[in-house]
Amino acid sequence: MGTLPLNYYLILSAIVFSIGVTGVLVRRNLIVVLMSIELMLNAVNLTFIAFSRFLGSMEGQVAVFFVMAVAAAEAVIGLAIVISVFRHRQSLDPQEMQLLKW
Amino acid sequence: MDLPTLIFFTLAALLIGASLLVVFLRSVVHSAMALVAALLIIAVFFVILQAPMLGVLQVLVYAGAIMVLFLFVIMFLNLTATEPWRVAWLSFAGVSALLLGGVLAAMLTETETPADPVAATELFGSPEMLARSLFNDFVLPFEVASVLLLVAIVGAVVLAKRGS
Amino acid sequence: MIVDFAIIAAKAFLVLFMVLNLAGILGWIERKGSALIQDRIGANRASIFGFAGLGLVNTLIADPLKFLTKEDFVPPAGDKFLHTLAPCLALFPALVIFAVIPFGDVLIIGDRVINLQVANLNVGILYVFAMASLGVYGVVIGAWASNNKFSLLGGVRGSAQMISYEVAMGLSVIGVLMVYGTLDLQEIARGQGTLVRDLLPQWLLFLGPIVGWLPAWGVFLQPLAFLLFFTAAVAETKRIPFDLPEGESELVAGYHVEYSGGKFLMFFAAEFAEIVTAAALVTTLFFGGWQVPYLMRDGFYFPWGGQWLLPHLAVVGLQVGAFTLKVLFFCWVQILLRWSVPRFRYDQVMRLGWKMLLPLALANVVITAIIIVVAQ
Repeated sequence: MGTLPLNYYLILSAIVFSIGVTGVLVRRNLIVVLMSIELMLNAVNLTFIAFSRFLGSMEGQVAVFFVMAVAAAEAVIGLAIVISVFRHRQSLDPQEMQLLKW
Repeated sequence: MDLPTLIFFTLAALLIGASLLVVFLRSVVHSAMALVAALLIIAVFFVILQAPMLGVLQVLVYAGAIMVLFLFVIMFLNLTATEPWRVAWLSFAGVSALLLGGVLAAMLTETETPADPVAATELFGSPEMLARSLFNDFVLPFEVASVLLLVAIVGAVVLAKRGS
Repeated sequence: MIVDFAIIAAKAFLVLFMVLNLAGILGWIERKGSALIQDRIGANRASIFGFAGLGLVNTLIADPLKFLTKEDFVPPAGDKFLHTLAPCLALFPALVIFAVIPFGDVLIIGDRVINLQVANLNVGILYVFAMASLGVYGVVIGAWASNNKFSLLGGVRGSAQMISYEVAMGLSVIGVLMVYGTLDLQEIARGQGTLVRDLLPQWLLFLGPIVGWLPAWGVFLQPLAFLLFFTAAVAETKRIPFDLPEGESELVAGYHVEYSGGKFLMFFAAEFAEIVTAAALVTTLFFGGWQVPYLMRDGFYFPWGGQWLLPHLAVVGLQVGAFTLKVLFFCWVQILLRWSVPRFRYDQVMRLGWKMLLPLALANVVITAIIIVVAQ
């Protein structure tokens, strides 16, 4: 199929990235915050792939491969932290986790 | 408006809709399912942009494994929501997100790329090309990524264990 | 353009038609087959004026009518949207995998060469695994939306089992991918058309007369991978002996206990469609797919020198027929397996998946790699 200009994809990923940032700032559930971070990472992946296509280089796709692997690792550790924090505080609200010692 | 543009705008609208649902739905399970939908749409974009291997990997890894993990943890913790979002921050977050989006869009579209995409060979984005890149130019990051995944597994088990 | 779309649509329609019908008929074959194995008569009450039509009345009229006319019930405290979404999520992957399964070689009409595969992806087998990994959602969401502890227990067990066996399934196929050198399922099916004799290296040629006349099917080149893959596929589809998520005598019906009517029909159809999917994958990867031994594109070429040339349509008919027969055979094997073997306990299921299948699959990969390097 014919290709659209690169800018369309870049603007789309900028929009999705900002929505992810809103999620991180606004939501009071730690798991939804993690999901918004995943959304941001995916917006970045879309940018990488768009550039890789328009520059004809495979390096963008290799970068996405590594971003996926690292995002998987980060999601696992993040969720493990969420579980262990929940055990202590019975709450997933980031605002209740402001103090370093309780 | 020809077919590719129509398809792009439909998918883009769906993607933005799904992202908004992720952030603004009350139920966490519904947010997770909206994120799965967003990931699948992004996988379709990958395939359109001639990265079929990564599109399939996105479904396999992200939508098929990471989101299942999220769903497990959500069901495991099973929390009834207090106040889903910080109402006092909504306006501030909205304004800053708009600013961020604007700045990003402006800076990204300033880059100098060729007006037409470089003609891709048929093998572009295929497993063979990706493998050649990975195993010739990026061997060290590849091996380090595998060690990173091992560390993540061990770390997660240690963090989530009960008691000692 | 239009003609291309029409051809793809026709292929997709044909494949979906066959799979959905086969899924329905398998429901009846299961009941009659289990009756055969258990020395009883089985379902014989549905008939029109005494004419039972070999079970077609039961399959096409009685069962669907029964399911569709039942009350569609959502548990009061359950999540209505997710309750309706879950059966769709369960049925979707089972059907979509058929987009990459080849059911014939090529069909030449005039000067148009039609590849008998709905979508020719160069990442074929990875697409299969991607769709299989989406199958977990049907279980997880179905269990969650039912707001029922037994349901949730069945769902959590089921999804843990599915993600464990996905890993074993993927690794066991890597040996096959190495031997045939491609991820595309049509190329794997075509690669199984040569004879083993042509693949033997110099120093093994003495084996020629003993095994050389065998076609180079996956089961002869990778027998361990076949066993591992078949086990993992049966576990993935949650059939007995791995049906703890449904646990008919333990959890009532596990993750689909709160479903009735049309939604249960979708879960039911999804399970039988997955049987067909598993059978089709095993045939394509290990048993030559649509290959008939010694049949090339224009006729039979026997290893002892004889040949029998056939017109093109006869060849295509033989190939599609061979594919259908092999798929039916493996569906029957799975049904036979269900009614002969007792169910695994949950910890046994997990131990089998992680401690037995996974190391064996890795060993298979290593040994295959060594053999391929040595044989060049």
